[in-house]
Amino acid sequence: MRPIDCDVHPTVPSLKAIVPYLEPMWRDILERRGLDELHSISYPSNAPITVRNDWRGANGKAASTAEELAKACLDPFGTGTAILNCLYGVQLFYNEDMARAFARAVNDWIRAEWLDRDPRLRASIVVPMQNTEFALAEIERCAPDKRFVQVMMLVSEETPPGRRHHWPVYEAAARHGLTLGIHAGSNYRNPPSPVGWTTYYTEDYVNQSVAFQTALSSLIAEGVFARIPDLKVVLLESGFTWLPGYIWRLTKFWKGTRQEIPWVTEPPMDYIRRNVRFSLQPVDGPPVPAELNRLIEHMDSDELLLFSTDYPHWQFDGLDALPPGLSADLVRKITVDNPMATYARLRETGS
Amino acid sequence: MNVDVLNRSGAEPQISSRLMIADGDIHPRITSAKVLYPWLAKRWQEHFEMFGPRHRQAWEKGPAYPKMQPLASRRDAWTPDGKPPGADLPFMAHQLLDACNVEMGVLNPLNPSGQGFQNQEMGAAFAHAVNNWQVAEWTSKEPRLKASIVVPYEDAELAVKEIQHWAGHKDFVQILLLSRANEPLGTKRYWPIYAAAQEAGLPIGIHAFGYSGSPVTSSGWPSYYIEEMVGHAVCAQAGLTSMVIEGVFEQFPGLKVISIEAGVSWAPALMWRLDAQWKKLKAETPFLKKAPSEYLRSQVWWTSQPIEEPEPRERIGEMLDWLGWDRLIFATDYPHWDFDDPAFALPFRLTDAQRRAVFRENARAVYGC
Repeated sequence: MRPIDCDVHPTVPSLKAIVPYLEPMWRDILERRGLDELHSISYPSNAPITVRNDWRGANGKAASTAEELAKACLDPFGTGTAILNCLYGVQLFYNEDMARAFARAVNDWIRAEWLDRDPRLRASIVVPMQNTEFALAEIERCAPDKRFVQVMMLVSEETPPGRRHHWPVYEAAARHGLTLGIHAGSNYRNPPSPVGWTTYYTEDYVNQSVAFQTALSSLIAEGVFARIPDLKVVLLESGFTWLPGYIWRLTKFWKGTRQEIPWVTEPPMDYIRRNVRFSLQPVDGPPVPAELNRLIEHMDSDELLLFSTDYPHWQFDGLDALPPGLSADLVRKITVDNPMATYARLRETGS
Repeated sequence: MNVDVLNRSGAEPQISSRLMIADGDIHPRITSAKVLYPWLAKRWQEHFEMFGPRHRQAWEKGPAYPKMQPLASRRDAWTPDGKPPGADLPFMAHQLLDACNVEMGVLNPLNPSGQGFQNQEMGAAFAHAVNNWQVAEWTSKEPRLKASIVVPYEDAELAVKEIQHWAGHKDFVQILLLSRANEPLGTKRYWPIYAAAQEAGLPIGIHAFGYSGSPVTSSGWPSYYIEEMVGHAVCAQAGLTSMVIEGVFEQFPGLKVISIEAGVSWAPALMWRLDAQWKKLKAETPFLKKAPSEYLRSQVWWTSQPIEEPEPRERIGEMLDWLGWDRLIFATDYPHWDFDDPAFALPFRLTDAQRRAVFRENARAVYGC
């Protein structure tokens, strides 16, 4: 079977592209108030990592149509199915109503201009987590279309992702057979590092993996997986080589502090094995292939990794999306078996 | 850690290590600001009593997240006559130094030490008093104990003054900062402290905890103590990332940094990620001459406690193969509840050279004693 690419980013060419999908009131507001493009500082437009150099078109941008994406990403990697995670900054609005309006427009744009144009494409439902009710409504609105396979939020939003007020969203996702994708990025309600605002973008990007560690702690400690055992969480562009060191520490402290979180009845790694998956890129591994295999051994499971190119972000060169030295068996698991096991809707619709 | 609470008060401790060892993290308890009064101006005594330290946290007293144990301490660390843990030198000497065969232990005094006080003038006064107190009450009476220069790090000028006051004093072996400072520790406002440390030939010890006012996660304040405790590891990761990317290690090649009580098993993965991402983004930091991991591997050490506990435990050894066995300094964190005993902290086969490095020689290389 052909690989399933679990993290591909479609580019919104400009705000104009989604205007047709906005309700008239918002089109009007957009024009009167002179809104800028909704690009997040999590991925500065011209930073080398945001678009790999040979993936930049004449306009400096990555694929902004399904046709361009097929040519740049799906065909070269022989991809059978690709999941689109749109990072246009709808989560960044302070205005909940605006966030809702733009999330709806982005999802409708994805459906009409991407999903309808290439049968290999699937997508995440972008939700305004600023308001649980709005996020729920957007899931209900999009869920009947089985090509939406996941609900997506950013790893750093207003409150830690495990907090109870988010749970209705997670319950809805599980009920509809949608995974919860948590993608790198922040809406900058809080400093982007646990020790404050940083000077350099390099720090911000490196600290994304730190954000995922605290996000996992929150999901586990608050009891999300104890309460919603069917929920599958996919950490997107999180890195994964930090997992062993992190889980060893979390497990040690769980033993000493479980009195305060009695609903966490299993060792944290058991929840991760059952409920949490990681997209492959960026690998951030040891430079020697044999050592990467040892690290994967420390992860105590060959079911955790899901193939991703992270197109158009620059995580590797050429077609080397898979790090060297992995066994054929593990490659098959990462590229096909694990994604199929993770995404219920890929099993329903075929990939 | 105290998972099962045993009443061991009064029991004779067994000597748990045959090797003479170093301990990179011991906490003498400042039982009350009053013990510092002999070195504290009347003005600050009154100010403290009236207004308190005003940390960047909600509670007037106690930690932001309630601990899992009284005073976060071992149940058996109260003295038979009821003195609190870490407050009595003879008891500490007996229960820790003798029992664990510690020949060199580093004192890291915590609150109310002046660190994290909102009023930096008062913080500086307290830090100076704490440093005098360490010499008068601890190191001058017990040669196995060494002191840390406590500095009011949010005001670099005052911190440098304190460093220069004690530089050259044989009892002080490091300069103490807390990991959760008001800004990431690589930012330029803290550089005068690193310049002074390099000049004094003293390492910077960065102990977990602090009072930054920044939430311990980039999605805000978590609910539970376990999240804060596990979060100390990410604070150290972000702190070291800040120091290396801002160019602290490039600017101060003689600077040594010790990450204290923030875990260690995350360090190899952090280095891999830093190198991988820096390679793509280095146009942003043209002043860096080497890959980030090269700076960290030569200028940073990690104390062991609370040592991670993978199954099988040998994985700690594999992690140290990646990190380098010359980077880890054993520490107990006495008298805290998650104390590591040298006999059990690394429960797998080590070579003699590895054992000597972790339990003694790495400390000697960093602290110079």
